[in-house]
Amino acid sequence: MEAYKNHTSVAALLNRSNVDTDQIIPKQFLKKVERSGFGVHLFHDWRYNEDGSDNMDFELNNPAFKDARILLAGDNFGCGSSREHAPWAIEDAGFNTIISSSYADIFFNNCFKNGILAIAVSDDELKSLMAEIAADEGVKFTVDLEKQSITTAAGTVVNFEIDPFRKNNLLKGLDDIGITLNFIDQIDAFEARQKQQLPWLWHTV
Amino acid sequence: MKKTMYEKIWDAHLVHEEAGSAPLLYIDRHLMHEVTSPQAFEGMLQAGRKIRNPQSILATMDHCVPTKNRNLPIADPIARKQIETMADNCATNELKLYDMENPDNGVIHIVVPEHGFVQPGMTVVCGDSHTATHGAFAALAFGIGTSEVEHVMATQTLPQKKSKTMKVEVNGELSRFCTAKDIALAIIGKIGTAGGTGYVIEFGGKAIKDLSMEGRMTLCNMAIEAGARAGMVAPDEKTFAYLKGLEYAPSGKDWQPALAYWQSIVSDEGVEFDSTIIMDAKDIAPQVTWGTSPEQVTSVDSVVPSPDSFDNAIQNQACEQALNYMDLQSGTKITDINIDYVFLGSCTNGRIEDFRAAAEVVKGTKVHEKVTAIAVPGSYRVKKQAEEEGLDQIFKNAGWEWRDPGCSMCLAMNDDQLSEGQRCASTSNRNFEGRQGKGGRTHLVSPAMAAAAAAEGHFVDIRKSLT
Repeated sequence: MEAYKNHTSVAALLNRSNVDTDQIIPKQFLKKVERSGFGVHLFHDWRYNEDGSDNMDFELNNPAFKDARILLAGDNFGCGSSREHAPWAIEDAGFNTIISSSYADIFFNNCFKNGILAIAVSDDELKSLMAEIAADEGVKFTVDLEKQSITTAAGTVVNFEIDPFRKNNLLKGLDDIGITLNFIDQIDAFEARQKQQLPWLWHTV
Repeated sequence: MKKTMYEKIWDAHLVHEEAGSAPLLYIDRHLMHEVTSPQAFEGMLQAGRKIRNPQSILATMDHCVPTKNRNLPIADPIARKQIETMADNCATNELKLYDMENPDNGVIHIVVPEHGFVQPGMTVVCGDSHTATHGAFAALAFGIGTSEVEHVMATQTLPQKKSKTMKVEVNGELSRFCTAKDIALAIIGKIGTAGGTGYVIEFGGKAIKDLSMEGRMTLCNMAIEAGARAGMVAPDEKTFAYLKGLEYAPSGKDWQPALAYWQSIVSDEGVEFDSTIIMDAKDIAPQVTWGTSPEQVTSVDSVVPSPDSFDNAIQNQACEQALNYMDLQSGTKITDINIDYVFLGSCTNGRIEDFRAAAEVVKGTKVHEKVTAIAVPGSYRVKKQAEEEGLDQIFKNAGWEWRDPGCSMCLAMNDDQLSEGQRCASTSNRNFEGRQGKGGRTHLVSPAMAAAAAAEGHFVDIRKSLT
């Protein structure tokens, strides 16, 4: 996983709440057995017309958002199916940061496994950040993960909370499995104990 | 200190905890299907890692399998490759797989309980949000992403954040024709699809205790639609009776100690939950969703709401967008909404009890001339049981299609899809835009409500028409 670096990028606006993972990446694209190449299908049903051309009514097709790396969306973002294809598509389409007031649980976890910083701000902060984009489409925000801050072009600073474990992994681009395998002795000990105390759990196939 | 059931299971599975890192939780059972696993196997291979405990894994093929003409090769080459990849991955790693031809094949969350693979007090994961289903057996069961699938394969653990606890108590008795599905939808209607975010819900109260194991599975299945990490029901005599004798359930000298352990994990008397919701079952009518989120739901004897009826600007806007997509007018009676399609099945309502409930309503009726109705058993075992009871004949005589098991039209990854603009009464779990096919419109209901709608061509209040 690539380490997360501070950056100043265009912030795109998707002012909808309860955006579900079926919209982020519709099911017809889940049949691939690879991890890459989902970006072109991101928000497929909203993004494209029947004939495959861009649907210019869809917010993110706004040319001002073309090089956006930051995505702002309404609350409960990423609800529904657990498909990790959703963050894969978001990342593959060039975004590495999402800002919303709340996320669905599984999606939120999936983001951090893929180097995406999912930032939760308050409703009021989200409203004000969204208003800055609406007033000046193509405006850039600076995200500083170390300082846990978002700074807008207008100078507004919004600080955010993040779990220190997640922050460290993102900043260093650490592989979760590698970290866990440092605790292999504890896992061995746990299993030995469980086999003794709850033996039926081990009488399986 | 008094503990909830969730906290007891959490504590019993804590492998390691230290400041500055996420607690490491041991995972007892890992369920798999073809859609969310291939990239995890690939990652394992690339890193040169081996599956730590292959015996903890049970796999099936369900999401993109066809539900008819199963003898023919799958027409869609990408779906076929996904199915073949699953078979290869399971063979290489010596994993137990119920493939498409296996008499035990079916939807993962239907098949696993049929074999007693999940038991009280276990931690259970699957790359599928409806893993919450297994909370019906008092297991801590939750959906994970593909990176986490890989993590569990490699380490048998997951770094986890501890959830808050919520008690949802449904007291009293359900009226006739009201089901676990209606309880689930009514709860989501009350707390919203993000109402459970950050929580593990324990369902309790008389109405929950009265539910069969199948009903409890339906209820816990939908906990994820309320945003919760997991939903659970305390184990009781019904749980134990259901498990006894099943293939993977403890037997012989294991049974008594297992039973004692299961009884010990229930929430302590008087323990406090972080949040408590209390409802009365008698207030729950058959539910029908009218929008594009499971929280956009109302009683069958009600009307499609208007955006102004919501105080909150976000819900107001969401209502307007949903009515537009669903092509519905505010004020329309739910029973005046005409439908084109009926889907009976899914991990929510694809169990034998669901087919019995629907068949009771279907018996002696005919599918309305403008409606297509498909019955998709959740597994081959459910299908066989239904056929032994003659239920298949009831459906077929009424003009229903009787299919092979799979996820089918719940997410429409196979050929079972709505066409643009078609409206479906569905026993599944999500009414998102395009979920059942691009431009398709989904109304979530119980099996009996779906069956009644198939005959009449519109929703009906089964309490009135069938009493």
